[in-house]
Amino acid sequence: MLHAAPVFLPLLGAIIAGFFGRLIGDRGSQLVTCGCMVLAAITGAYVFYDVALMGHTRTVEIASWIVSGSFDVTWSVRLDALSATMIGMISLVACMIHIYSCGYMAHDASIPRFMAYLSLFTFFMLMLVSADNFVQLFFGWEGVGLASYLLIGFWYHKPSANAAAIKAFIVNRVGDFGFALGIFAVFMVYDSVGFDAVFAATPGKVGTTINFLGWNFDTLTTICLLLFIGAMGKSAQLGLHTWLPDAMEGPTPVSALIHAATMVTAGVFMVCRLSPMFEYAPTALAVVTVVGASTAIFAATVGLTQYDIKRVIAYSTCSQLGYMFFAAGVSAYSAAMFHLITHAFFKALLFLGAGSVIHAMSDEQDMRKMGGIWKLIPVTYALMWIGNLALAGVPPFAGFFSKDIMLEAAYAAHSGVGMYAFVMGTFAALLTAFYSWRLLFLTFHGAPRADHHTMEHVHESPQIMLAPLYVLAIGAVIAGFALNGLFVGDGRASFWGNAIFVLPDHDTVEHAHHVPLWVKLAPTVAAVLGISGAYLAYIVSPEMPGRMIEAFRGIWLFLYNKWYFDELYDFLFVRPAFWLGRGLWKGGDGAVIDGLGPDGIAATTIAAARRAGRLQTGYVYHYAFAMLIGVVILASFYLYRMGR
Amino acid sequence: MSDWPILTLTTFLPLVGAAIILLTRGSPEVVARNARWIALWTSTIVFFVSLPLWLSFDPDVSDFQFVEKAAWIPAFGINYHMGVDGISMFFVLLSTLLTPICVLASWEAIEHRVKEYMIAFLVLETFMVGTFAALDFVVFYIFFEAVLIPMFLIIGVWGGARRVYSAFKFFLYTLTGSVLMLLAILAIFFETGTTDIPTLMSAHLPATMQKWLWLAFFASFAVKVPMWPVHTWLPDAHVEAPTAGSVILAGVLLKMGAYGFLRFSVPMLPEATHYFTPLVYGLSVVAVIYTSLVALAQEDMKKLIAYSSVAHMGYVTIGIFALNTQAVTGAIYQMLSHGIVSAALFLCVGVVYDRVHSREIARYGGLVDRMPAYAFTFMVFTMASVGLPGTSGFVGEFLVLTGAFQSSTLVATLATSGVVLGAAYMLFLYRRVIFGKLEKEDLKSILDLSWREVAVFAPLVVLTIWMGVYPVSFTKPMHTSIVNLVTKYETAQAPRPSTVADARR
Repeated sequence: MLHAAPVFLPLLGAIIAGFFGRLIGDRGSQLVTCGCMVLAAITGAYVFYDVALMGHTRTVEIASWIVSGSFDVTWSVRLDALSATMIGMISLVACMIHIYSCGYMAHDASIPRFMAYLSLFTFFMLMLVSADNFVQLFFGWEGVGLASYLLIGFWYHKPSANAAAIKAFIVNRVGDFGFALGIFAVFMVYDSVGFDAVFAATPGKVGTTINFLGWNFDTLTTICLLLFIGAMGKSAQLGLHTWLPDAMEGPTPVSALIHAATMVTAGVFMVCRLSPMFEYAPTALAVVTVVGASTAIFAATVGLTQYDIKRVIAYSTCSQLGYMFFAAGVSAYSAAMFHLITHAFFKALLFLGAGSVIHAMSDEQDMRKMGGIWKLIPVTYALMWIGNLALAGVPPFAGFFSKDIMLEAAYAAHSGVGMYAFVMGTFAALLTAFYSWRLLFLTFHGAPRADHHTMEHVHESPQIMLAPLYVLAIGAVIAGFALNGLFVGDGRASFWGNAIFVLPDHDTVEHAHHVPLWVKLAPTVAAVLGISGAYLAYIVSPEMPGRMIEAFRGIWLFLYNKWYFDELYDFLFVRPAFWLGRGLWKGGDGAVIDGLGPDGIAATTIAAARRAGRLQTGYVYHYAFAMLIGVVILASFYLYRMGR
Repeated sequence: MSDWPILTLTTFLPLVGAAIILLTRGSPEVVARNARWIALWTSTIVFFVSLPLWLSFDPDVSDFQFVEKAAWIPAFGINYHMGVDGISMFFVLLSTLLTPICVLASWEAIEHRVKEYMIAFLVLETFMVGTFAALDFVVFYIFFEAVLIPMFLIIGVWGGARRVYSAFKFFLYTLTGSVLMLLAILAIFFETGTTDIPTLMSAHLPATMQKWLWLAFFASFAVKVPMWPVHTWLPDAHVEAPTAGSVILAGVLLKMGAYGFLRFSVPMLPEATHYFTPLVYGLSVVAVIYTSLVALAQEDMKKLIAYSSVAHMGYVTIGIFALNTQAVTGAIYQMLSHGIVSAALFLCVGVVYDRVHSREIARYGGLVDRMPAYAFTFMVFTMASVGLPGTSGFVGEFLVLTGAFQSSTLVATLATSGVVLGAAYMLFLYRRVIFGKLEKEDLKSILDLSWREVAVFAPLVVLTIWMGVYPVSFTKPMHTSIVNLVTKYETAQAPRPSTVADARR
């Protein structure tokens, strides 16, 4: 049972804080949820040690869930290197963010509700990663969607927060539409939805086709692509990314936990978990690579132009997720997982650091109204430096190791899409470094642009907020070289075991260690160039960005408006849906169906009924009369038959 | 315990309660109070009397259980024949569960003619239970049709401003269908010489005749479900009905049509069922997408939920006609889930309607500030309606779509798109009612759920989660009957070696 403890402790905390929050008060709720999370983090670390490091993989079955013929689904906790790594990371990061929230949300009116939501989210996320079948994966998948919806809309008085919450849920539902179809197809093809049964039968499905919507498609490609639509929604990949930047309406700890470290990486986790299927679907892998690489560059370009500190980091997350996907797409699943873990540390650090800045600036998020505060909040400033160095991939910080191996693997794939990913990824690395230091310089350096009143109140955050940042900062510094050997180095085969499956001729992680020197140096050079560019533009000659915007106004507007995705979707989907709904209601139901049907007949009958007397009794009378006719007909037929 | 005539008791005990209410005398207040308490006690006792149906149900038997049979009109071979199998048993329980909840929900909302109102509900319970337990066509028909009378009165007498129009529309639609069904029943009797349902389920009717009979049944059942395009009575009926009326309408009455498909159309007319499956698919898919879009545009809370009912019942009909184990299990599960969830959603509307007397969505906003318990309850049922895993709504919907995908990928894909639209209209509703700033003056003093209302919702919340987390309690008793139904249907599709005339015995 100890192995299931990290999964269910957060649920316990959520239930207590959620239902008895008013009874035990704010402090009680914080203590209960944080206490449960600390225990979860300790047991989570044990699970990581026992399962991932010692290799004691197992599956704990808890109860049966949905059983209908061969559709047999259980509630279970599947523990192998993949899920144990995720459990260890999620429980640790979630624990830190629970503690941070006690400080950050100290002045909020509904603390128990917030803590309960956070814990509930953690529970769903852990259920997701420990699923042993597609349906429990879907349970966690939609569950984190619910928690994300509740937390984005946490400040429900704000219309923008409500809109963002609904948008997040619905865009994710679009992804889940594909995911669900993928599960239906899995059940059709395999007659099972359990991972082990499906993975075992996969090699036998190579080359077969299924009929989908009237055409015959390659079975595995179809299934993998349908499932990947779900991953695109959850991980905010190009096309289904529009909800992520808006999700920044939620409180900052939420952005750090859900929209950086854990939930948004679920798509990457899914592709890695399903590596035994994706490996046999090369077309699907190519799609994953292209989508990932395109997202990496797209989000990086948008990140260059945003002014909201959280949105910059949000686009950065989107971009980094793109990296993980193209790594998975070139079969470097272990590299994708590596970056997932390091990213969780440094991105959570960046978000919480940004939260610390926002806290200091009296809830200001616009970088144009910041500047000149680095001496006032030196600890936060230093922590943001660490986070940015890790994000940009400067050695020896965590991001350097994981980003390097992903780009090298993309190069080593020696395929068209692999090369596309390598070029886009390297260029995006330059942009990443640029926008990260743009953020740093705009926020902390230059002349103060905030008003006098705000500047007087700038203060360092309390220890309860800084302590979790130290932990994450340690992760952002050491996670890279500490895990390098295990995740993608010589120890990787024994570490991952059967959790990740790579076909022998797809072993790009191995080839990545033998790429030319210039490939190995390229990401670091890109990072240095990006940082120098930002230094030139925002420190040496601060008037340059303004002139650049003037010179390339069209391109800037295109990027600043996020490539106009929101406007396009609004025009294509949102407005037509409401317009159609109204039209079908008034026109279809009202004019056509009712007009021809009941109202037409009714008009005639009512006229007759009016003459008959009071309306109400008239109907009852009519009804009784009709019943009578029925009885008469019934009796006549029986008599007729008797007479035969 | 199983020696008792449980089904007869369950069916007719409410009438005893109704008779007692009829006998109460005194001042109007005393009568009203006594009527409420008698109705509550009666319906609660009936619920506990019906529980053994589930607790001592033998899940391994595909035949009918708790069978009671007595000659009624021997001259025509008509028997008083009652019994349940895995398909009907839970509908009996759904009826006996929702009736006390309805009585409790009407406690303060109904102020005039309380005595008659409570009698109407108890009589309605008798008819509902009778419909699901009847194993003779004549008995079934009487109960099935009789349900309409109390329902008609509940809408027509205790309804809203346009109750007459709505009651009339309800009446017109359902009557047209039931006349055709009566003819079909007569034709079957004429053909086979029996009205015994279990006997007819293994009889074989000529293929051409099956088609005509199927259409006649379809006319009746499709209206009840309701399927597109004969659904327009439903939003009007719901809007005008009192809260408890909507609860029973959505919770139980809509299930009668789908139950009819499962009990009669599929087992008795398998070839016609196969023949008309594309028609049902087409109408159901249109229902899912069309009514979801329409729901998106609604400004009246009850109408929105009514339209969502049509969409959810669209999944049910898809599931029934996909006819494999998963799809049929899903369809029945979806009916039970919808019976609880949509009933609860109408109760949620009733809560604020009782306080503010408006169903207009724009009239609300920011209720969570004053009503956190209500907001939580509403959220649970919103999520169940959306089909979030872990709630009852997910299990039914997912099984239906899984099963439908095996039968037709196109139908399943189109129907799955309703999942996106469903999330849109429900969350949009929730946001406009519960979230936002509390700005309306009279809402600033609105009260959260009372203890009575908590008692109404608590069992429904528990069931919604239970059905979502551990559905095995419910699917296990169903399973044998469903497999039996599916196997029989598949056997009937296989080419028959002998001529069709062999069924004419």
